[in-house]
Amino acid sequence: MKETALKSTHVHHRARMVDFAGWEMPVQYTGIREEAAHVRKHAGLFDLGHMGRVRVKGAQAEDFLQKLQTNDAAKIPAGAIRYAMILDENGLTQDDILVYRHQNSVDFFLVINAGNSERDLGIMRDTASGFDVSVVDQTEELGMFAIQGPASQDIVQKITDIDLSAIGYYRWTEGDVAGHHVEISRTGYTGEDGFEVYAEQAKIVELFDAFLNAGKDHELRPIGLAARDTLRLEAGMPLYGHEIDETTTPLDAGLDFGVKFTHDFTGRAALEKIQAAGGPKRRLVGLTTESRRVPRQGYPVMSGDNEVGCILSGAVSPTLDTNIATTYLPHDLAEVGTTVEFAIRDKRESATVVHLPFYKRQR
Amino acid sequence: MRPNDRKYLKSHEWCLVEDGVATIGISDYAVSHLSDLVFLDLPEVGSQVSAGANFGEIESVKAVSDLYSPVSGEVVETNEALVDDIESLNIDNALDTGWMLKVKFTEESADLMDAAAYEECLKNEAD
Repeated sequence: MKETALKSTHVHHRARMVDFAGWEMPVQYTGIREEAAHVRKHAGLFDLGHMGRVRVKGAQAEDFLQKLQTNDAAKIPAGAIRYAMILDENGLTQDDILVYRHQNSVDFFLVINAGNSERDLGIMRDTASGFDVSVVDQTEELGMFAIQGPASQDIVQKITDIDLSAIGYYRWTEGDVAGHHVEISRTGYTGEDGFEVYAEQAKIVELFDAFLNAGKDHELRPIGLAARDTLRLEAGMPLYGHEIDETTTPLDAGLDFGVKFTHDFTGRAALEKIQAAGGPKRRLVGLTTESRRVPRQGYPVMSGDNEVGCILSGAVSPTLDTNIATTYLPHDLAEVGTTVEFAIRDKRESATVVHLPFYKRQR
Repeated sequence: MRPNDRKYLKSHEWCLVEDGVATIGISDYAVSHLSDLVFLDLPEVGSQVSAGANFGEIESVKAVSDLYSPVSGEVVETNEALVDDIESLNIDNALDTGWMLKVKFTEESADLMDAAAYEECLKNEAD
């Protein structure tokens, strides 16, 4: 199993470690519900060393990205970030990624999912031929962690001269934090304000500790992957392998905002064909439950005697005080307020279709 | 060391026998590993349980786990206070007020262990 630079830090903080996409990662420290609630109220630190980090440089970096991914790279301003997907020729999702455009306007930086990074890099190498571009996997040399929660900016501002208030949502910059050079973006996967921080692997432990120290008066704590999953689900953010995978298109998942039909990306023709035929036959929806039974990935979703779908993600939501889940449903069952059931072993539990996201922070 | 007044299963249930009635629960170790409990399903009073067989389910934020009976017999009481508030089950009350069932039993599982043997089991389980 691969380890991030922060493994001993997690062990020191009594994390329970698990295998996640081939990486030994902290799944929880105290309790999942409590950790998730803590991030909504205060702030949390998340080790993201497992995520893939790829530098894209060269005169034709933008042209390469126009082919590789669904968002319009030409329209990303310098210093801005966009959500996008990598599709195959059939419009099926190979990964969802973040595309960072450097302040110098020429270079790009991609953050990709750990479980897909090898496949992504293969697609990138194939796509790169014919372009004047260099694609460099920096996952090993560059570390990454996130600070998320309402206290994030106050905490980080204590240890940097970078004016954090000047970094808008989905923008990034570089500078010194706690005496180390970092790249820092106002991004995250929790539905809260916060930053993701990239730095040389050798500096990551010191930086993580410097954040923890700076956050002492703000209740900053390390948070595990399980709470991160709860937080992202509450915020309605898809997770590869759950809401999206090799069997879904961005149209099914309602991720159209990450797809711009302005350029010739792989999978565009297939998506246009689906749209011309009246669009996808199913829709991604949220479910909430009355009972305390937790809907979990793979449980059948039933309408009467018909199996109409299956649970993609499920969690106990400390923020909403109910259980929440996602599923694809045919349009006639996808209206808000529709009652369906999910099967848990030999029992049935009822669930109600609700709007996504489940949670949106007040700004 | 856990109390030796009772016996334990490898699957972390405990069983305390008094006057032909077995009180059954799960160990503090199981509770700490399950963490974040949300739901407990127990059999009805009057129903039969069998040694080694599934008698119910306990669900945490992470997973659903089966509960296995240390004895065979008739359920004479269930801990309804625990069913109503499974979140209250913790490492401090798991061997005490966190009991689940009382069973008028006819037979004990052959797999029951004393406290020392159970602790050995836990050592092997911990990484």
